[in-house]
Amino acid sequence: MSLPTEVGTINAPSAVFDMRAQRDARTTIFRRPRPAETLIQFFLFFCGVLSIFTTLGILYVLGSEALLFFQSGLVDLGEFLTAPVWQPQAEEFGIMSLVSATLMTTLFAMIVAIPLGLGAAIYLAEYAKDRTRAILKPILEILAGIPTVVYGYFALTFMTPLLRGIFGQDTVSIYNVASAGLVMGIMILPTITSMSEDALSAVPRNLREASYGLSATKLETILKVVLPAGLSGIIAAFIVGISRAVGETMIVALAAGAGPCKLYGDGANCFQPFDAAETMTGHIVRISGGDLSYNSIDYNSLFAIGLTLFLFTLVLNLISRSITNRFREVYQ
Amino acid sequence: MSAMTTPAPENKPYMPDEAAFRRGLAGRHRRGRVWKIFFILSIVMALLSLVALFLNVVNSAAGLIIVEYNVDPADVVPNGDIDAASPEQLAAAIVAYEPNRALVMIRDNLSSVASDQFSTATISQQLGSYTYPESAADKTPRDLTPEERSAILAQNISVDVMKQFIIDEIVGLNVLETYSLYESIFNRAAVEEHFAAEFDQETTRLEFRMWLRPSFLTSGQSSDPVLAGIRTALIGTLWIVAITVLVAFPIGVGAAIYLEEYASLFGNENTLSGKFMKWFNRFIETNVRNLAGVPSIIYGLLGLAIFVRAASDFTSGKFLGVTDSNGRTILSASLTMALLILPVIIINAQEAIRAIQSSIREASYGLGATKWQTIWNQVLPAAMPGILTGTILGMSRAIGETAPLVIVGASTAIFVDPSSPFSSFTALPIQIYQWTARPQAEFRAIAAAAIIVLLVLLLVLNASAIFLRQYFRRKLQA
Amino acid sequence: MTENGAHAFELRGVNIYYGSKKAVEDVNLSIPRQKITAFIGPSGCGKSTVLRSLNRMNDLIPSARIEGGVFFGGQNLYADNVDPVEVRRRIGMVFQKPNPFPKSIYDNVAYGPRLLGVRGKAVLDEIVEHSLKGAFLWDEVRGDLKKSGLALSGGQQQRLCIARTIAVEPEVILMDEPASALDPIATQAIEELMKVLVQRFTIVIVTHNMQQAQRVSDYTAFYSIRKKEEQGGVENRWGVLAEYAPTDRLFSNPASEETERYIRGEFG
Ligand SMILES: Nc1ncnc2c1ncn2[C@@H]1O[C@H](COP(=O)(O)OP(=O)(O)OP(=O)(O)O)[C@@H](O)[C@H]1O
Ligand SMILES: [Mg+2]
Repeated sequence: MSLPTEVGTINAPSAVFDMRAQRDARTTIFRRPRPAETLIQFFLFFCGVLSIFTTLGILYVLGSEALLFFQSGLVDLGEFLTAPVWQPQAEEFGIMSLVSATLMTTLFAMIVAIPLGLGAAIYLAEYAKDRTRAILKPILEILAGIPTVVYGYFALTFMTPLLRGIFGQDTVSIYNVASAGLVMGIMILPTITSMSEDALSAVPRNLREASYGLSATKLETILKVVLPAGLSGIIAAFIVGISRAVGETMIVALAAGAGPCKLYGDGANCFQPFDAAETMTGHIVRISGGDLSYNSIDYNSLFAIGLTLFLFTLVLNLISRSITNRFREVYQ
Repeated sequence: MSAMTTPAPENKPYMPDEAAFRRGLAGRHRRGRVWKIFFILSIVMALLSLVALFLNVVNSAAGLIIVEYNVDPADVVPNGDIDAASPEQLAAAIVAYEPNRALVMIRDNLSSVASDQFSTATISQQLGSYTYPESAADKTPRDLTPEERSAILAQNISVDVMKQFIIDEIVGLNVLETYSLYESIFNRAAVEEHFAAEFDQETTRLEFRMWLRPSFLTSGQSSDPVLAGIRTALIGTLWIVAITVLVAFPIGVGAAIYLEEYASLFGNENTLSGKFMKWFNRFIETNVRNLAGVPSIIYGLLGLAIFVRAASDFTSGKFLGVTDSNGRTILSASLTMALLILPVIIINAQEAIRAIQSSIREASYGLGATKWQTIWNQVLPAAMPGILTGTILGMSRAIGETAPLVIVGASTAIFVDPSSPFSSFTALPIQIYQWTARPQAEFRAIAAAAIIVLLVLLLVLNASAIFLRQYFRRKLQA
Repeated sequence: MTENGAHAFELRGVNIYYGSKKAVEDVNLSIPRQKITAFIGPSGCGKSTVLRSLNRMNDLIPSARIEGGVFFGGQNLYADNVDPVEVRRRIGMVFQKPNPFPKSIYDNVAYGPRLLGVRGKAVLDEIVEHSLKGAFLWDEVRGDLKKSGLALSGGQQQRLCIARTIAVEPEVILMDEPASALDPIATQAIEELMKVLVQRFTIVIVTHNMQQAQRVSDYTAFYSIRKKEEQGGVENRWGVLAEYAPTDRLFSNPASEETERYIRGEFG
């Protein structure tokens, strides 16, 4: 692509605006057919529509394979939702076992990411000087740009030994939900921080001034005016964080352990933070990592899990965006 | 005004008196300081995590090891440094210690005659397409001098294979214990004591090992951590990123142009089709934003079902006559990745295009340019810095994403470098994942080394993004 | 802070800077207690800047810096041991654009008292009613105090902000163009309110409206702009206090020609 160097020097002369009016007339009335432009237009349209095909593709693939899963006769929807454990070898397909582990890791992630993310956002938006912020924000972006497999390594080789050191080798298994969840919290920390900071910075200055004018301290202004005013944006940030945590794969694949937990009945072992439990994503990666034959129940089951995961994140994303949109309307 | 009918009431003292106010104020300021400490701690925690993450990686990427061997490596190659040895030195070592195995190597890897004729045919008959010393041409393998044997090995057998052979078959190198960098520096005395007390000084050695070393970049896969390298994985990653960007860049920018420049063209409110198009374009926008929030593992499942399975004739290269491959290829991985990073590219390109002042467009239209000429000559160049930033963000994503690759089928063992889009592959993050998942400390160590390479790659990429952005900006201002 | 004399504020040699740029120079001014003092002058001459220096609102702008003394009842507000929170507790402020919190009317008014530690629903109810009455808003909103402050009209919002300010019983109310965003009827309501409030508070008001200054104020300070051409063709502009007098005299018999031209509307 050639870069015309004169771009910056074109200063629209006033005559241009008259010509713009003519241009409108020309394009609507005297438009000559230009085959090349039509072709380009068609290509651009195709590019735009491709994203819809992607979504349809996801829905179709997840839906049709999940349908095959339920048509296999090995499992029905009721069992899927209520069976205590996910154990394909034993033909037990209780999704809630995987979901419980996902919720556990997500919970730990949020325990880390919500207070720290919000605290960091408040510091950046309200306390930090411009120069400090200019240094800190790129550093947070580095944190956000680190591949998740590296976080997985960190969980397994740093967080797990740390937890085992604190709580004892006997209490904490090598693979455990807490370690994966805590590191996941660090992973989503930058997302929550930067979204929350945006929400806080968007709170109009005059609200802060009103509060200071009423002799509030800085903290009181933040807690009683800025935070409530930015709350919807902050909640949207939390939900995006939750959605990330639910869909996060490599950290749990490496650190949370293989093998779904049992939800109830003899030997029920879900909701043990220091024990291993397989999440939805962790299970998908483990099963698909091996040699997987198409048309097997294992293969189809992946898509049933995938569909569940997709619905979870879709709902979360929709909620977060509807909150953000409403938030925009209030202040614009 | 009815409001004026209420008389202003007299001031009544509701507020705390001066002393009470002062006391309250001290408490309010104290609370302010305590919370401020918490806010600062939050950001410090984030920074500490980053530091811990880096230190933890570096800590594993080098350190003391205790190795066991049958033959001291120092006897086999100069300085005992197998990694640094030249092909000639390696070949000479093999011929010196295992002269017959050297012949087997020639037979298995180079000879073109049936194995029962190996000992009777001459070298020139057997090694037609390979290089060998002139003097060896008319000899049978058994008559070769040691120098000739080692020359043939050195010229034709890959360094990886020779190193592997020396370590496995001659030296019998085996890492018994691995220490972190921290232990190796600050606890060296204890390690040395432990080594002296517990290990046979004849057959074992305590040495310092940089796991991240030049040969780590140039060696291929190996089941032996001492030999394993990331060449194959790195090549796989480069292939994937290249094809991904090739596919996603034009489509992503095209979609952004459509949404920003053309979508309004159809937006004639008065016609039914115009109304539909308006709705449709909004729908595309929403959809792109939704796709950006779909977990990467879902894209993996999509790629598995569509590219690997349904379109396997295409992605395996069967339609071009490639036969030795299934759908689990670089192409499948790249197309999956392309779908994954499309939203990133579209959203960033849209923002970049939207930021272009309309005066630039108007000036161009005013000079009689068509819409596309305006976009191509004015809008795109001006938006290029932003578009590139988004693309590089997408590339970084494609380099680091692991889950979709696992699902699309990066293979565990790839001993041949990928050479086309239809090759099966492994990639850097996959390699990290697999090594990290192994319980032995040596594998953790090479995982750490690979992580450093991955992070450096990302750093270089992002630095180049900043550089490019400034380059374009300067060019636009000139 | 002990109060004595008839003056609420004494400004002595006040220079205010934003970064390296001087905004106002050498302001010397005595603002009387329980009177309305108006600041007038062309845009950018530093009226808001001086007004905001009276309750240390300028502290919120990192680049702002002040020289000289602002004395309130004999105490320099910028002395080291003075807490800006306490300053603002005694010197309240109403802004140009009505800025109620996105909370209920009740919570808006109760915000200040709650900060000061006033607890108990009965007391707060009484304060809210008292303050809303004081701002002539009570009759219009008594039915739905739970309604959001943002749901009121512009004029009502501004009176809510005044109610909120008087709820903490300050000694001074600073008003920065309190009626400029309002229609004439709402403006009139605010002006009448000011006349009542001045019985209890010292009021300093910035206004662009010459008639308004004449109608409501007892004293008027006229600020003007000084310019100087720096090397390189850059023009430096800063504000000065050009004339300060009782309102009647300033408008009927201005001391300087500059003031006269301004109040006749010939520049600014
Ligand atoms: N936050 C700030 N940062 C930098 N400069 C400022 C800031 N606020 C005001 N100024 C500058 O200080 C000078 C005086 O501004 P000020 O707002 O006090 O004027 P004003 O008389 O209130 O004008 P107006 O009538 O338009 O409100 C102006 O030149 C303005 O550009
Ligand atoms: Mg002003």
